[in-house]
Amino acid sequence: MTDTETAYTPHKTFKLFPWMRENLFNSWFNSILTIVSLFIIFFILRALVLWVFFFADWSPIEKFPLLFLVGQYPRDQLWRVGLSVSLVSLLMGISWGVWQDLIKGFAITLAGLLGVMALLPFKVDFLTLQIRLLLLMNVGLVLLGFWIGSARKTSGKQVMIGWAVTAGLIVLVLLPGFANIPYIPRVPTTVWGGLLVTMLLAVGGIVLSFPIGVLLAFGRRSTLPVVKVFSMVFIETIRGVPLITILFMFSLILTVFLPAGSRFDRLLRALVGITIFSAAYMAENIRGGLQAIPQGQIEAAKALGMNSFQINYYIVLPQAIRLVIPAIVGQFISLFKDTTLVIILGINELLGISRSVINSSPEFVQLQLEVYAFIALLFWIISYAMSYSAHQLEIAMGVGER
Amino acid sequence: MSTEQTTQTTIESQKIPFYRDERILRWIAQIVSAILIIGLLIWIIVNFVSAANQRGMMLNFRFLNDPAEFPISDPILPYDPSRTFGYAFMVGVVKTLYVSILGIIFATILGTLVGLARLSSNWLLSKIAFAYIEFHRNIPLLVLLFLWYFPVFAQLPSVENSFVFPGPIYLNSRGIYLSAPRLGSGGMIWLFSIAFAVILAIVAWRVLEKRQLNTGKYTYYAYISLAILLILPIIGWFVAGGSPIYIDRPMMEAYNFQGGMRLTPEFAALLIGLTMYTAAFIAEVVRAGIQAVSKGQTEAAKAVGLNSFQVTSLIILPQALRVIIPPLISQYLNLTKNSSLALFIGYQELFSVGKIAINQAGRALPIFGMVMFTYLLMSLFTSWILNWYNRRIQFVEK
Repeated sequence: MTDTETAYTPHKTFKLFPWMRENLFNSWFNSILTIVSLFIIFFILRALVLWVFFFADWSPIEKFPLLFLVGQYPRDQLWRVGLSVSLVSLLMGISWGVWQDLIKGFAITLAGLLGVMALLPFKVDFLTLQIRLLLLMNVGLVLLGFWIGSARKTSGKQVMIGWAVTAGLIVLVLLPGFANIPYIPRVPTTVWGGLLVTMLLAVGGIVLSFPIGVLLAFGRRSTLPVVKVFSMVFIETIRGVPLITILFMFSLILTVFLPAGSRFDRLLRALVGITIFSAAYMAENIRGGLQAIPQGQIEAAKALGMNSFQINYYIVLPQAIRLVIPAIVGQFISLFKDTTLVIILGINELLGISRSVINSSPEFVQLQLEVYAFIALLFWIISYAMSYSAHQLEIAMGVGER
Repeated sequence: MSTEQTTQTTIESQKIPFYRDERILRWIAQIVSAILIIGLLIWIIVNFVSAANQRGMMLNFRFLNDPAEFPISDPILPYDPSRTFGYAFMVGVVKTLYVSILGIIFATILGTLVGLARLSSNWLLSKIAFAYIEFHRNIPLLVLLFLWYFPVFAQLPSVENSFVFPGPIYLNSRGIYLSAPRLGSGGMIWLFSIAFAVILAIVAWRVLEKRQLNTGKYTYYAYISLAILLILPIIGWFVAGGSPIYIDRPMMEAYNFQGGMRLTPEFAALLIGLTMYTAAFIAEVVRAGIQAVSKGQTEAAKAVGLNSFQVTSLIILPQALRVIIPPLISQYLNLTKNSSLALFIGYQELFSVGKIAINQAGRALPIFGMVMFTYLLMSLFTSWILNWYNRRIQFVEK
């Protein structure tokens, strides 16, 4: 298109009118299309701007912004969520320093989102100066982490251990707390909600499904018939039914298995369902990576005298995982969106909490469009930012070049 | 071969002890894994059945012949609560298939258009398509469905204050009323002439195309079959008496509309949401498929002297379709599975019918087994089609 024209000019100078003639009005048909498109864009934009700034009533979001972020997590215990975010920020920064371009997109996305929240140009009740400064401090932590990660000799292994320890600390100690420790009293998962739960379910689902997925992927390639058939049936069954039926079924089965009267944590139930679901897709992704490893690698490993466990663990798996990281990130993004389905178990994640907000007062029932539009925007921003980072990751890894 | 290598590298000129003999180890692994997995399954099932019995849960399918005793709104098939549960389940399956098939048709059309717009040389159009795709791909389908249903379709005005669109189309809280074509007297004759025309056109196309390929003489097969397709139904129209179909318009009668076709708000929201969401993914599939055909193909075809219609229909489409169709079929399956989200906006299909029946104590597990199995059958059917198609295009290739 434009390349043929600009190829002859040494400096790519942008000229508006030639560009328009080339890209918008290069035939009578395209000219009509352009004009029609302009009309459509104009009317949509006008309606959107008028609605957002004049007609829409954003009071449900202005009144309860924290509900959308953390649900009903006790307000005097919010420092625990804040600390978790700070720990993640720091580690993200360090990972950026260690793995450079691979993590760059994700770290900048995180810092960017926190920074934008800190600098929102209008007044939000819970965003006091103190909170805004704390949010900016998290941005600083990402940068500090980057400095630590790139300046000191931090190995990837150390960072991985750091992630594992932090994740355990956040999920098992910091957020739930303990009944008998005064500083971190118990906060039952029933009051967790909003973006916090959405994130926990998505991250938890991917992380927990990874080892199961690896086992299933090997199982499906195994020469042992029982293992092979079991893995295949498991993967295909899970992939063949909608997530919502799995969430529902596992919730039912768990209630049957547990002794009558005991209440199995709802959030954990959802996490089990999501993990099982995600594991089947993870297995197929990893299997794709396993199949891409050339047979020569395995033969060379055999020639060195490795047994089949050593071959898979040291030779095949590391290379396969490297190949499928972009696919796993893609899976994470769709899982992030799929977590909305857990409202069937009555969990107040982002969408569930907005339903509760709407039903909390009769005046809000009239403002459903505003609330769901806000939720949609939130999902869009996070999911788009992650897709973009994933794309950067793919470029940095040189997928398709190796 | 692997045993040979192991032999050479581990122990020379010595008999391998059984614990290092890969043949024996393999057998042991087979047996151990079999025992472990089968044992695990038996343990789960036994525990499960005993726990379910303790709670008085039924694990059989006898209830299928009992009356369902719950209503299904807008049941396509004739239905009332006195029908058996098995029949109610069938109604659910049919409703799922109904919304899925309509969704697949519309999503394919819309998705193809958006995909082509994305590839358009018109910068603005391409960016609009890009915005459409990115909008839908980054928002959960459930949020989109909520956006379509609760603020829009659930808030439509009462019957007296219906929105009227040209057509006429009426929008009100009872649903969407559309004009629908209906068969009049002699309608069957006309339909039969259409079916006959289609068959004859295909036969003519096949026979004449073969003759052209064999003899090298132009047989104008495309024009001839097109003519058959047009002329036969016109003849059929007059044979049928001149008015085989008529348009049934919705009419306002005593506080409600009569005639025409009615879509419930729930159905409309679900269909629009599913269609637009899936269309975004189909657009990407179409774009990737067309881009997969290298530019050299077009240039070569033009150099051989094909016109632009021939280039598209004979060179680009057959190659692009080969790339497009497998992921397209997966998208169809996704749409079908996603139709289960209808539960949240009150359209009763397979999953919601199952969910309602749970309120009737003890039936939860067998019903949910049936629901999952039905979805599984649908996806097995899909992968069967996929495999068949892949085998077919492979055959063409070699």
